Amino acid sequence: MSEVATHTPPPQSRRNLFETLGIDTRLLGMVIAFILICTVFYFVTDGRFLSPRNIFNLTIQTVSVAIMATGMVFIIVMRHIDLSVGALLALCSAVMGLMQVWILPQVMGLPLGSVAITPLAIIAGLLTGALIGAFNGWLVGYQQIPAFIVTLGGLLIWRNVGWYMTSGQTLGPLDPTFLKLGGSEGTLGATLSWIVGGLGAVAAILAQFQARKSKARHGFAVKPIWAEITMSVIFVGAILGFVGILNSYDIPTARLQRMFEARGEVMPEGYTEGFGMPISVLMLIVLTIVMTVVARKTRFGRYIFAAGGNPDAAELSGINTRLLTVKVFALMGFLCALSAIVAQARLQNHTNDIGTLDELRVIAAAVIGGTALSGGIGTIYGALLGALIMQSLQSGMAMVGVDSPFQNIVVGLVLVVAVWIDIQYRKRSGALK
Amino acid sequence: MRGDDAMTSNRGTPLVEMRDISIAFGGIKAVDHVSVDLYPGEVVGLLGHNGAGKSTLIKCLSGAYHADSGEILINGQKVNISNPRDARALNIETIYQTLALADNLDAASNLFLGRELVTPLGFVDDSQMEAETRKIMGRLNPNFRKFKEPVSALSGGQRQSVAIARAVYFNAKILIMDEPTAALGPHETQMVSELIQELKRQGLGIFLIEHDIHNVMKLCDRAVVMKNGQRVGTVNVNEVTDDDILGMIIMGKKPPQAV
Repeated sequence: MSEVATHTPPPQSRRNLFETLGIDTRLLGMVIAFILICTVFYFVTDGRFLSPRNIFNLTIQTVSVAIMATGMVFIIVMRHIDLSVGALLALCSAVMGLMQVWILPQVMGLPLGSVAITPLAIIAGLLTGALIGAFNGWLVGYQQIPAFIVTLGGLLIWRNVGWYMTSGQTLGPLDPTFLKLGGSEGTLGATLSWIVGGLGAVAAILAQFQARKSKARHGFAVKPIWAEITMSVIFVGAILGFVGILNSYDIPTARLQRMFEARGEVMPEGYTEGFGMPISVLMLIVLTIVMTVVARKTRFGRYIFAAGGNPDAAELSGINTRLLTVKVFALMGFLCALSAIVAQARLQNHTNDIGTLDELRVIAAAVIGGTALSGGIGTIYGALLGALIMQSLQSGMAMVGVDSPFQNIVVGLVLVVAVWIDIQYRKRSGALK
Repeated sequence: MRGDDAMTSNRGTPLVEMRDISIAFGGIKAVDHVSVDLYPGEVVGLLGHNGAGKSTLIKCLSGAYHADSGEILINGQKVNISNPRDARALNIETIYQTLALADNLDAASNLFLGRELVTPLGFVDDSQMEAETRKIMGRLNPNFRKFKEPVSALSGGQRQSVAIARAVYFNAKILIMDEPTAALGPHETQMVSELIQELKRQGLGIFLIEHDIHNVMKLCDRAVVMKNGQRVGTVNVNEVTDDDILGMIIMGKKPPQAV
C-alpha cells in the first residue's frame, strides 16, 4: 500500500562523505561551531584559551552542568521540563555538607577523616536527590500537575529547605576524600590517565566493529571498511589527544613540593608531573556513555523517546507512561545529587547559593545540544557539547575581559540562534512538518 | 462463507462476546448497554455517526478504556481487560484511526514498541528487529524501503502499513481496525481489503469500524449499527441493501431482518 507501488522508486541520491562515514550532520555542525568559538578565543587571547591549563579548567567547570544536562535531555524528550535542578542540587549539597561536618562526626561519632564519611555522605545525597526527583515525577505523572508548575514550586522550595537545615551557614571544611571528586584536587596522574585513555580507545574500536558485525549478520548494508577505519582514527585521536592535553598541564612546583613533603620525601630538582584526567571529568565521560547506552539500547530509553514522540501511542502500546515519568524524574534528581558532589567538592564547601541559576544553564545546554522542547528528539552527546559550548563562551569572554552583562547577552543570543538554526535544519531535512 | 442460519447461530463459541457494555463520561452515556459478538474468520462492521460510540465500545476491548459495566468473554472465558497490555496478552491487536505511531522512531521501533526484542544482556536488539520488520513488510508492502527513517518521513500508506504490520506480526486472533482506509488512496485501499480477506481466511476475527458503506458491503459479514451510544441492530450484510443500512445509521430504523 505504498505510494511508490505504482511507479519505480526514485534513484538513490548520491551519498555524501559524512553520510558514508556515518557522522550525524547536526553533530558535525555543533562540533564546527565549537571549533569556531575555540579558534576565535585562541587568537583573541594570544593562545591562552587553548593552553593545557585553560582546557583543564574548562573541562572541570563544565562537569557539574553537563551531568545534569544529560538527565534534562530525557526530561525534555518526554515533553516535560525541570526548573528545580539548581535548587535540588543545593539541597543535596546541604545534606552532604551536614553529613560531613555535623551528622557523621558529631552525632554518629565517626572520627574526623574516617574512610566511611565520604561514601555515607554521598549515599545520603544521592538518596535525597532520587527521592525528591521521584516525588516530582509522581506529582507530574500520577497527579497530572504540569511539570513546569511542579518544578517551579520546587525551585522555590528545595533551596530554602536546604537553607533551613543549615541555618544558611556555609559548611566546611569538607572531608579530604570527598574533595578529590571536585576536579584539580583529585586527578588520575599521567600514567593512569594514559591507561584509561588507551582502554577507552580500544573500547571505542571494539564497539564500532561489534556494531558492524551485528549489521553484517543480518545482511544489512555496512559502511565501507575505509570509513570504519577513518572513524576509528578520529575516535582514537580525539581520546588520546584529550588525555595528552590534560597530562601536559603540570602541577605547580609549590604544590608538588607539599605533596612530597606530605609523604616525607624530598622532591628531586626539576621534577615535573602532569595533573592528568580529573576524576570528575572521568565520571562525566562514563556517565555520558552510560546515558547514551540507556537512551539507545534499553527499553527504558526507547520508551522515553516513544512517550515523547507520541504519548498516546506509547500508552496504547502498553507502556506505563506514568511510572516512566516517575523514573525519569528520579533519575534527574539522582543526577542533581551527583552534580552536587562535584560542585561542592570543587568549591570546597557548601554555601546556600551553590548551583544558583543552574536550571537555566542546564536547560540551555540541552537545547543548544539539539533537544527539541516539543519532545521526542535529543541526544546525550549533544547536551554535553551544548554545556561545553556555553562554558567555553563564558570562560573565553571572561578571559578577554568582556563585561559581565554583555557575557549574558551573548549566551542568550547563542541560545536563541542555536535553536533557530536547529529548526531550519529540521525543516530542510524533513523531520519537521 | 456462513450458512443461511440466523446470525447468533450454532457456530460454536464466539471468539469475542461483549455483553451489555456501558461506559459514561461525566454523565454522558457514550455506550449504553451494547452487546456484540465476533466469530473466527468473520468480519463484523461497526457503523454509525461520529459520536455514535463505536470507537468507545471498541476501546473497551483494546484496553484503552475500562467499561463501567458489562462483561467481555474471549473464547467463552470471562476476562478482565484493564489496559492495553491485557488486551495484547489475549491476542487482541488494534489498528487505531490515528495509527498510534511514535513519529520520531523508525518502523522497526514502532512495530516492536512495548514488545522489543532484546539481546541476552537485555539491550534492545535493533538489528534483529529491523530484520523481522523487513520480513513482514516484504509480505505486506514489498515496496517499503524506508527502514531507517523516522515514520514521520513516511507517506500515509506507508504509515498505515507499519500500523498493520504491528497488529499482524504478533499472531493476533482478534483484530480491531478503526477506519483503516480513511486516509488512503484507491490503490492502497485495495491492498487493505485484500489483506482483510487474507486474514479472514487465516481464521482471525476482525472488528472493522468503517464509514464507507461500499467497503462495509464488500468486506463485512455482519454489521452492527450504533446510534447515540445504543445498538440500533445487527444485520447479515448479504440480507440487506445499502439503503437498509443507511436507514439504520441515519434514522435508527431497524429493518425486519435485523436483530
